[in-house]
Amino acid sequence: MRTMNTSEISACVYRLARRAGLSLTDDCRNALRLACSRETGAAKFALDTLLENETIARRESMPVCQDTGMAVVMIELGQDVRLVGAPLSEAVDDGVRRAYADGCFRKSICDPLTRVNTGDNTPAHLHVDLIAGDRVKIAFLPKGFGSENMSSLTMLTPAEGTDGVCRCIVETVKRAGSRPCPPVIVGVGVGGSFDGCALLAKRALLREIGVRHIREDVAELERRALNEINALGIGAQGFGGAVTALDVLCEIAPTHIAGLPVAVNIQCHCMRREKEEL
Amino acid sequence: MKRIVLPLSDEAARELRAGESVSISGTIYTARDCAHKKIFALLDANEPLPFPLENAIIYYAGPCPAPAGKASGSCGPTTSARMNVFAPRLLGLGLRGMIGKGEMSEETRQAIVRRGGVYFAAIGGAGAFYGNAVKKSECVAFPELLSEAVYRFEVEDFPAVVAIDSRGDTVYPKR
Repeated sequence: MRTMNTSEISACVYRLARRAGLSLTDDCRNALRLACSRETGAAKFALDTLLENETIARRESMPVCQDTGMAVVMIELGQDVRLVGAPLSEAVDDGVRRAYADGCFRKSICDPLTRVNTGDNTPAHLHVDLIAGDRVKIAFLPKGFGSENMSSLTMLTPAEGTDGVCRCIVETVKRAGSRPCPPVIVGVGVGGSFDGCALLAKRALLREIGVRHIREDVAELERRALNEINALGIGAQGFGGAVTALDVLCEIAPTHIAGLPVAVNIQCHCMRREKEEL
Repeated sequence: MKRIVLPLSDEAARELRAGESVSISGTIYTARDCAHKKIFALLDANEPLPFPLENAIIYYAGPCPAPAGKASGSCGPTTSARMNVFAPRLLGLGLRGMIGKGEMSEETRQAIVRRGGVYFAAIGGAGAFYGNAVKKSECVAFPELLSEAVYRFEVEDFPAVVAIDSRGDTVYPKR
């Protein structure tokens, strides 16, 4: 049994949040460069500006996007770890609170009805999975809501099958149009339950852009959906162009014989994610 | 890139064409969801607004806090479509135009035509870039809204694309 004080987790969340806010992931930056080489006109202007923006953000330690997001924290907790100290959710929130204050990040979390801001970007959206062993893996995903707002969850019927799933993904991106800051990254969940399906879609966004799913039929669905999305012609910022999505990342889970849930979680081109293992 | 100095005259606004890239300098006011609700409450109560609407440009944005030595933190545009419920009335009251990101509604497009106004699309996600274009910032209303408050920005060389022009043409391809 390994004993860990949750203050270590708090410090880790702080580091991850500070780093995440200031730069794109390498895979996202590379995908944007590639997209830029394929575009002309207003779309190219947009992509050039975004690449220059990231250089400025890193040089001047300014958030790459002002929407520093809802703090999504996913923890894989080894079941041979005994946590001591403050409760885990408090430790995570403490890391978020300090990172958003020290980093001059925007505080974007408010009461859904009164709209009163919590003032420190807490609470974080925390998922914990128990895994074998004594390691703790932490992923931090600041999720902007221009793109989150464009996400969808649909309960298809089994008869609609893979074609229906693909249609659902493409329709969601089409409906979103220029609003979520395309080129987008599309996280997809297929199967599970109503809530589990949405979580699959969010988890898919933790995967690297350009790496296909290990299961060939799922990989084929990802390729097909990406091609159909890019045929829409929405382009960077909706200005028209060949690249509407940088990738489609799909995760699956067994579901009920009566159902075929599909969740589509839209991520803008400002993909920020950091991971660390303790 | 065409250089624009605010405030825009009728004539200057009518010369802008959808699709052209511009570099904007002058005064703009930030306002997003909550600030618009409060502005509408003031209008409904016949109370004075925190800034003159006539000829003004509203920037749909909520900045990050300013780090030491800077006028503003990161400050790119937010999704304009959420403000479709507000824009036509404000344009009818003299607002010259808006800066945001993404398409706006048919109703907003028509209100822009009636006004001889303009909608500029800034590049969503370019927060640090736009933060640096802000040379002066002052909170002029609703400080309790934090980043959603109304800030008066003096901007220099703020890049954008004319997304809807005074004739109603748009940069967005028909789908």
